[in-house]
Amino acid sequence: MIQFEQFVLQNGLKVVVHEDHSTPMAVVNVMYDVGARDENPAQTGFAHLFEHLMFGGSVNIPSYDEPLQRAGGENNAYTTNDLTNYYCQLPAENIETAFWLESDRMLSLDFGEKSLEVQRKVVSEEFKEHYLNKPYGDVWHKMRTLAYKNHPYRWMTIGAELSHIENATLEDVKQFFSKHYRPVNAILTVAGHVTAAQVQQLAEKWFGDIPSGERYMRHLPQEPLQTTPRKLEVHANVPVDAFYKCWHIYPRMDSRYYTTDLLTEILSGGGSSRLFQSLVKEKQIFSSIGCYHFGSIDAGLLTIEGKLVRGVKMEDAELAVEAELQKIKNAPVEEKELRKVKNKTESLIAFEDMSLMNRAGSLSFYTLLGNTNMINEELNKYQVVTPTEIQQETNIIFDPANSNTMYYFGNR
Amino acid sequence: MANRQVAPQIKDAIDYILELKPFRKIILDNGIAVYAIDAGAEEVVQLELVFNAGNWYEHENMVASATNYMLKNGTSQKNAFDINEHFEYYGSYLNRNCYNETATLSLHSLTKHLHELLPVIQELITDSIIPEPELHIYRQIMKQKLEVNLKKCDFVANRLIDEYLFGIRHPYGKYSSAIAYDALQPEQLRRFFDQYYVNGQCSIFVAGKLPNNIEQQLNENFGKLPLNKMRSPQITHIIEAAAEKKYRIINDKDGIQGAIRIASHFPGNNHPDFIKTQVLNTLFGGYFGSRLMSNIREDKGYTYGIHSYMQNHMHATAWMISTEAGSEVCEATITEVYKEMRVLRDETVTEEELLLVKNYLIGTVLGDLDGPFHIIGRWKNIILNALGEDYFNRSVNDIKSVTPAEIQELANKYLHPEKFYELVVV
Repeated sequence: MIQFEQFVLQNGLKVVVHEDHSTPMAVVNVMYDVGARDENPAQTGFAHLFEHLMFGGSVNIPSYDEPLQRAGGENNAYTTNDLTNYYCQLPAENIETAFWLESDRMLSLDFGEKSLEVQRKVVSEEFKEHYLNKPYGDVWHKMRTLAYKNHPYRWMTIGAELSHIENATLEDVKQFFSKHYRPVNAILTVAGHVTAAQVQQLAEKWFGDIPSGERYMRHLPQEPLQTTPRKLEVHANVPVDAFYKCWHIYPRMDSRYYTTDLLTEILSGGGSSRLFQSLVKEKQIFSSIGCYHFGSIDAGLLTIEGKLVRGVKMEDAELAVEAELQKIKNAPVEEKELRKVKNKTESLIAFEDMSLMNRAGSLSFYTLLGNTNMINEELNKYQVVTPTEIQQETNIIFDPANSNTMYYFGNR
Repeated sequence: MANRQVAPQIKDAIDYILELKPFRKIILDNGIAVYAIDAGAEEVVQLELVFNAGNWYEHENMVASATNYMLKNGTSQKNAFDINEHFEYYGSYLNRNCYNETATLSLHSLTKHLHELLPVIQELITDSIIPEPELHIYRQIMKQKLEVNLKKCDFVANRLIDEYLFGIRHPYGKYSSAIAYDALQPEQLRRFFDQYYVNGQCSIFVAGKLPNNIEQQLNENFGKLPLNKMRSPQITHIIEAAAEKKYRIINDKDGIQGAIRIASHFPGNNHPDFIKTQVLNTLFGGYFGSRLMSNIREDKGYTYGIHSYMQNHMHATAWMISTEAGSEVCEATITEVYKEMRVLRDETVTEEELLLVKNYLIGTVLGDLDGPFHIIGRWKNIILNALGEDYFNRSVNDIKSVTPAEIQELANKYLHPEKFYELVVV
């Protein structure tokens, strides 16, 4: 059971406090309700570029990092298609430094052309390092475009193309800030060697006078139900053929989320999972295989991907995957197999909760979803999933009309 | 009203007293040393068996890592599927890793399931049979992985820089190849298994919320095995560093980034300069605000990240600078790296910047001491490298006390471009 308290400041900033006095440290986590899905299709990659700029100085503080490091802290941030998260950890006695820094950059950023120009270059190098100059690096760019026709999940967090980042202007950046980076769109979580009273006082002091801003109302284009199978063939300069197939699944807050999550575990969550045992070990069709989803807030994708053993035909690999899916569609999983993936989920949650930083991040994320106490309720939602539900869902999800298949051919 | 112009008061992290929670040492009936940390709020445990079974001890390339991998692939009683299913059924994770001197089996589990898992670990380290069909699949998987990795400039650069530093025949300099995988034979792995696991040298590190009878559980499962009877053979490997220092390699003619590695030998982690040089390293390229990051990323935008670090082995250490940069700015990046070395040699760091680095370092250590797994990790490093039980305190003292003059002196002692190997792989 993870204890927390929460309150909302007058300007709409949601605050969560989690006391843990077994550590001398504190974590301050600020989550903004904006991700790549909120971008203009002609200016993708913006939420992430913006995350970089958040370290370029704020109205009263020329550098974010230096004062934090001087206070013995370290920090980082990440952007996803759904949200942007900033977190730092420092000795609890210096916690006010984090309030000072985080509130100032929520108040107003202050960076110039030079900072924008440098970060455009840095992000371009990041783009190249992870997506262009890596074998198979373009897979998700292509797969998202194939699987999503309307929803902004059709582009990656890093952006649809380099030019969108290269063309970003200071004016664009300012507009993005005033639209999304307001108290009313943010969640502050403080965890560690702190008290709720102390956090309340500090939050009022540092964040209380920041103008509330307008609540951002999200009206994203919805993805229509897919009704016919889609296929794509790619030829690339890679040594090994690879197979990718995605099916649309449910939003994060749908109760069937837990069923599909366990389903991915049954299919590929370890050395005794079905796809690995059958297709890598017994049939030796794939040299690696995985089944996963991204846990996205809007309806996401369930993916099976694998690299083919040399000499195996793509069509045969696909048939072998389909045969495995047919088995799970035809017969309910056995109690022991289901127990296994639930036990794995139980210990995974226990291990994740060991880290103060993870607890702070999870509390913020569940608050963003609308129910902070999900942090204590998740395990039970997995525990109640039945073999029948899993069987039902596999028949719905693995419908050929719901599938997006990519044959990724190498050149050897 | 908050005054935003003025930074809040801080307590300097270097004014904290840092303590590494002491371990409890248990000696099993057969002499195995167990190092235990009983701490934490979650009902979880981490158990690691460390064998002297790294590639230092192998005669043929890849035998140590293949043997280590095959520990989970079959005993006379259980096949690979049974083994995986057993650990996964209890929601646990059993990993194996092979390093240069050591090879490990490590278990993460809920405390309540530990007694179901230890007997099977005992089975794995006494009765693995290394089945040929499993080895065949392993070769196939590893060769394909290697083929993909060889397309990556960073992977290729990491292999080559180690080869230049230590020589292709040295355990720190050699690397995998399709030929080496094809040459692996079950008999060879079984011999290695017999000598370095069944009859090998083992120590155990355990941390988390431990069951009351942990000592008894460990003794029943590992205390009666024929381990630690014979000493590991004394093997020496000669470092054959390359004569040529500068390399430019084209791995992919269409590559748009280059992997840069700049590295030199450094006296080991028991050398008196080591900790203070770690402070110099942090200042140079060891944290986000480092000189290299500030200049090459935050000012010039040549790269997403540039880092320097000590690559520690038991018998040798290398000081490494590592980055991926746009192909057209690789040479400019290298020029800047050397420029930052020169600045550190020529100019004394200010007290203010040095204090910031010290606070950052101590803050990191402080944050890293909060869980049992981190604590045992620090002890493991100290114990396996025989650094002495006061090493942690000595390190903290060195970090707190190092002066700007000493930093400059160390820069003048070690940061000379001509001592460094330099490599770009596009």
